[in-house]
Amino acid sequence: MDRIFACVESNENIAERIFEMKLRGDFKKIKAPGQFVNILIPGCYLRRPISVCDKQGDVLTLIYKTVGKGTEKLGKIKRGETLDILTGLGNGFDLSKSGKRPLVLGGGTGVPPLYFLTKKLIEKGAQPVVVAGFNALDDCFYEQKFKDTGAEVYIVTADGSVGEKGFVTDMTKTLEYSYFYACGPFAMYKSFEKQAKTSGEYSFEQRMGCGFGACMGCSIETKSGMKRVCKEGPVFKREEIIW
Amino acid sequence: MVKTKVNLAGLTLDNPIIAASGTFGYGKEFSEIYDINILGSFAFKGTTVEPRKGNPVPRIAEGNDGILLSVGLQNPGMEHVISSELKEIKGYFKKKVIANAAGFSVEDFVILSENFGKQKNVGIIELNVSCPNVKEGGIIGSSPEKVFNITKEAKKVTDKPIFVKLSPCVTDIGEIAKSAEEGGADGITVANALTGMRIDLKTGKPIIANKTAGYAGKAIFPIALRNVYKVYEAVSIPIIGVGGVSSAEDVIEMMYAGATAVGIGTAGLINPFALKEIIEELPFVAEKYNIEDFSSIIGLSHRF
Repeated sequence: MDRIFACVESNENIAERIFEMKLRGDFKKIKAPGQFVNILIPGCYLRRPISVCDKQGDVLTLIYKTVGKGTEKLGKIKRGETLDILTGLGNGFDLSKSGKRPLVLGGGTGVPPLYFLTKKLIEKGAQPVVVAGFNALDDCFYEQKFKDTGAEVYIVTADGSVGEKGFVTDMTKTLEYSYFYACGPFAMYKSFEKQAKTSGEYSFEQRMGCGFGACMGCSIETKSGMKRVCKEGPVFKREEIIW
Repeated sequence: MVKTKVNLAGLTLDNPIIAASGTFGYGKEFSEIYDINILGSFAFKGTTVEPRKGNPVPRIAEGNDGILLSVGLQNPGMEHVISSELKEIKGYFKKKVIANAAGFSVEDFVILSENFGKQKNVGIIELNVSCPNVKEGGIIGSSPEKVFNITKEAKKVTDKPIFVKLSPCVTDIGEIAKSAEEGGADGITVANALTGMRIDLKTGKPIIANKTAGYAGKAIFPIALRNVYKVYEAVSIPIIGVGGVSSAEDVIEMMYAGATAVGIGTAGLINPFALKEIIEELPFVAEKYNIEDFSSIIGLSHRF
């Protein structure tokens, strides 16, 4: 973990309540997709944990949804401002397990870290198949960006306003894959778990106090005991999870 | 040269700064980012006789300048801590630690004191009679008789100094502190977190799964300071002042109010380097206020 000060390069509203923020700083501690940063937002006492969507050189991309006081304040941050950030947090996805054709499964605000993951999977020679679900066209983002990685991409929306109509789990039923990586709401995990054809990993979200393993505020019970989502997670192997 | 050494019930600390229990784990996470030997000491995570899973999530919410934290004493249990964590601590912390012993009965506190008392790198045993996130914390910590009995029985089984960590959520904290002193306590930790809650406006549902949580952080500093001031008037044993301390200036205020040592918790969760930065600033801030020796300012505010 590092504590750094990063400069906001841009902070744009790219979909309904969805923002893309680019930060310039020393993010060397971000080593794997699925890791996160913890941002001190002026006017908030606690930091806000946000997963890494992309990293290119010393520029980090974050995508977040404005859901409360903290993220609403974050949405108002202007280019040129400086943010106090803890970086290199969490374990991240295990790329070595992917096999040839991993399934990358995302829902809503769980989709951002999967972009970084998909890029890394392609880099190592895998041929990922991405299934990303949104409510509607309004809150859909990064469709083209995912397609530009060279991955096979399916967008699913609840109302059919973009991509296929239905749930991501309708789509995944028909697919063949070597392993899976999932990030999204727990309800999606529960539904997917019933039909998962291989081993895989789920990324968890939890309210955090510190983000680096000291306060024990985000601990969940797993088959191998109590685990801190911020430290031993946020990514957990399918076999570890208690449903 | 400003003198920062203080004597805490026979234990000499290089400086008055102690990482407060429940915000520092067993020190490992912090030892990976700076050399924690600069601390006066640290109080490890509240440890119970048996392992505990703690409370369900969500355990965290935010207040104005404060954190609501409802862990509920998740810990690996006394035997594990003795055979594993305490051994591991020796590798990254050369000084003596404060063992935070969390019990639910007199028997628990006796077992914990006896066993932690045998550990070489334990300097002080801190009886946690006041966890805000388990029901017993409120019950034990607000009863002068229970605090008296627990302290008295714990004192019988160890030669190590016994501190009693009190709850601020009581009618008269001075009275409880007095009971601890009469029970033979060597010092008082003032105090644990307050209790609080938050409610989600969209649903009306309490944010914390356990509904209520310990409320700590910057916001509670004036309350903690007043409690230290009050306990200093009630007892003559040393005090570890804890609650919302976030700067070197806060440390000095706590000592003026009567603290011999100062616990810092939440500040280190927000900025993991906070304790290091405060220790580094102490001599400069002391100089600014013409303080030459930290141990000479303990309780000085009571002159007025």
